[in-house]
Amino acid sequence: MNAVLFYSTLGIYFVATVAYLAYLIKPRETLGQASRWLITAGFLLHCAFTLDRYLEAGRTPITNLHESLSFFSLSIVGVFIIIERKYKVFILGSFVTPVALILMLVSTIFPTAITPLNPALKSKWLAVHTTVAFFGYATFAVAFGAAIMYLIQEHFLKSKKLGAMYQKLPSLDKLDDINYRCLTFGFPLLTLAIISGAIWAETAWGTYWSWDPKETWSLITWFVYAALLHGRLTTGWRGKKAAILAIIGFFVLLFTFIGVNLLLPGLHSAQSLDFLARTKKSSFPIWKPIVSHPDFPDGN
Amino acid sequence: MTTTKRGFAHTLWDFFCSLKLSISLLIGLATTSIIGTVIPQGSPPPEYLQTISQNKLQLYDKLGFFDMYHSWWFILLLYLLTVNLVACSIKRLPRVWKIIAEPTLVMDDGFEKSLSLTHEYKMPGDAATLRDKIAAFLKQEFAEPVTTESGGEYHLFAQKNPYCRLGVYVVHLSIIIIFIGALIGSFFGYKGFVNIVEGTSVSTAYTRTEKPIDLGFAVRCEKFSVSFYDTGAPKEFKSILTVLENGKPVPGYEKIPVIVNDPLSYKGITFYQSSYGPAGDGAVHHLSVRAKNGGAPVKLIARQGESVNLPGGGTMHVLESTQEVKSFIPEFSGPAAKIEVHAPNGQTQSFIVFRNYPDLDAQRGGDLIFNYDGADEKYYTGLQVAKDPGVWVVWLGCTLMVVGIMMAFFMSHKRLWIRVAAGRVTLGGTASKNPAGFQLVFDDLADKLKKM
Repeated sequence: MNAVLFYSTLGIYFVATVAYLAYLIKPRETLGQASRWLITAGFLLHCAFTLDRYLEAGRTPITNLHESLSFFSLSIVGVFIIIERKYKVFILGSFVTPVALILMLVSTIFPTAITPLNPALKSKWLAVHTTVAFFGYATFAVAFGAAIMYLIQEHFLKSKKLGAMYQKLPSLDKLDDINYRCLTFGFPLLTLAIISGAIWAETAWGTYWSWDPKETWSLITWFVYAALLHGRLTTGWRGKKAAILAIIGFFVLLFTFIGVNLLLPGLHSAQSLDFLARTKKSSFPIWKPIVSHPDFPDGN
Repeated sequence: MTTTKRGFAHTLWDFFCSLKLSISLLIGLATTSIIGTVIPQGSPPPEYLQTISQNKLQLYDKLGFFDMYHSWWFILLLYLLTVNLVACSIKRLPRVWKIIAEPTLVMDDGFEKSLSLTHEYKMPGDAATLRDKIAAFLKQEFAEPVTTESGGEYHLFAQKNPYCRLGVYVVHLSIIIIFIGALIGSFFGYKGFVNIVEGTSVSTAYTRTEKPIDLGFAVRCEKFSVSFYDTGAPKEFKSILTVLENGKPVPGYEKIPVIVNDPLSYKGITFYQSSYGPAGDGAVHHLSVRAKNGGAPVKLIARQGESVNLPGGGTMHVLESTQEVKSFIPEFSGPAAKIEVHAPNGQTQSFIVFRNYPDLDAQRGGDLIFNYDGADEKYYTGLQVAKDPGVWVVWLGCTLMVVGIMMAFFMSHKRLWIRVAAGRVTLGGTASKNPAGFQLVFDDLADKLKKM
């Protein structure tokens, strides 16, 4: 049942992505409408999948890479649907739905089995922290899509090649507005994610902040977006500079989500969160499962 | 002299008030923070130190890279950010306060031109009657207006959410409060750990640098247990703790279960389940053995590694044991021990016995059939000990930050002005955020006013 829902979602996302890409080539109103219905149907099915998994596992289904990537994809599609309805820009889908589809495809690589929760994750903060974080990630992902479109559109304007593509893309003002709008939702969500993470860390590890790589990178992301917010108060930072910073911010964010665990563990894994593990490593053989971060429950 | 001094002070003030400084500091903090995620912090493991050259080691040490988040330059950046926050707020707050406390009540021609949203219509009736009607309309549809009379015309002003303009400053204040909370924690709190063997108590914790801290009371570990899932993965680590004052249990703090994510707090000191291990004085294993060709089983008690005589000659000893064998042999579960048996004829055999599979050993076909009845093994529980009187200040700061962010991002200061002259009504409006959203509200109000 669960797998059927998952693969049906994947299938509909695939068709929706194809429809949105076709819209990029032939921007017909009917095609745009059809794409919108497809992605909405896919989203509802994806919600059903997530709910089904929640009921089956008895916990928030964001505890391993398979679930995390699927939930990331779900939140991106959700945020996209809202923004798309508000700004009436079908073409945003041509840039966002491929990202959601790729995330779903990547999630199939990882084991789908529902594994029991390790003791560190048994907390009411699991649901709050992960959900808020992923919706924050998703709004920044849509901002990233809008920023890419901004740079493309600006390139067309600068080179005075006002061809077909130029016609299809929304105006620079609109794209900048979408970028800013996403920032005003993403930043509060990121802040809530960091705060809820700090509260959780306090109850689990006895310290609300310990500068472990995951925490530090989330703060780095926060600094980058805070800089962007303040930069936008000065006129020179709107438009192109804001778009570039939104792109940089999204890469920093992706690193926070995946890179930290994949690239830094050799030197500074979740283990070092606790100095106990460092000073008395040999006598603490089971430390690792107690402290790992929800994305990577087994620390790998 | 005085002028240059003032000039310098002025320049310094301007420097600290600048938005450029804020952005540079934020980017600077973001960039430098990366160092600590790449270079191991605290006391880096020796394997790591072997991979870097001596010169690099000295350079890193001098730059504080091994504890960079507490290095002087990183703290300096944080202080600069604080000063910058305060200076920016001091500079801008009076102006914002003036908008809130002394709003522009009259929309004259010049001001009207500065507004992006205006609307004008002809309306029958004298000014005073129109004024009353519009005032009632505004009160019902938007907010209660303030009326001013000037030059024979009436000016109505109404606003919504003026205080949301303070949101940004609430966020800035919250950051400072969080810093204060962190400072209180670092001056008046500590972090340490204790290892308590089951059945014993301790009254001293140790910091990271092995410095002893007197707790002022004692904590006894009554029992420590680990439970496992069917897969062999750990399910729960649980310590049963009792707080002792002068050797006596404190009422309400007796036999409290402490698991990961659910610590025990007493007198501002909190104990968190963080690790466990065998107490080291060796487990006592219980086994029973009977002859293949019948006979009553004989009970054996074997300390870890100790040789035990077997009925009919020969000896045995326990090589290793586990509480949960599943993680080693997935087909089996429960406690198991690997034992070595020296038969009287000098033959040595080693094999595994399982508590949950008592008949299994008969299949081995040996002369003696062993059953494993489990072990009494003492464990110690490893608890993280933390005292942080600043934590509530940090939570206050976090709450303020959320409130401030909600005010700053999701609320908008909306203002409306209406000028009423005989037969002519002019409407003007502005909002501090989301102009597109406000335009809808404005057009809707203008429409309703027209139909009034």
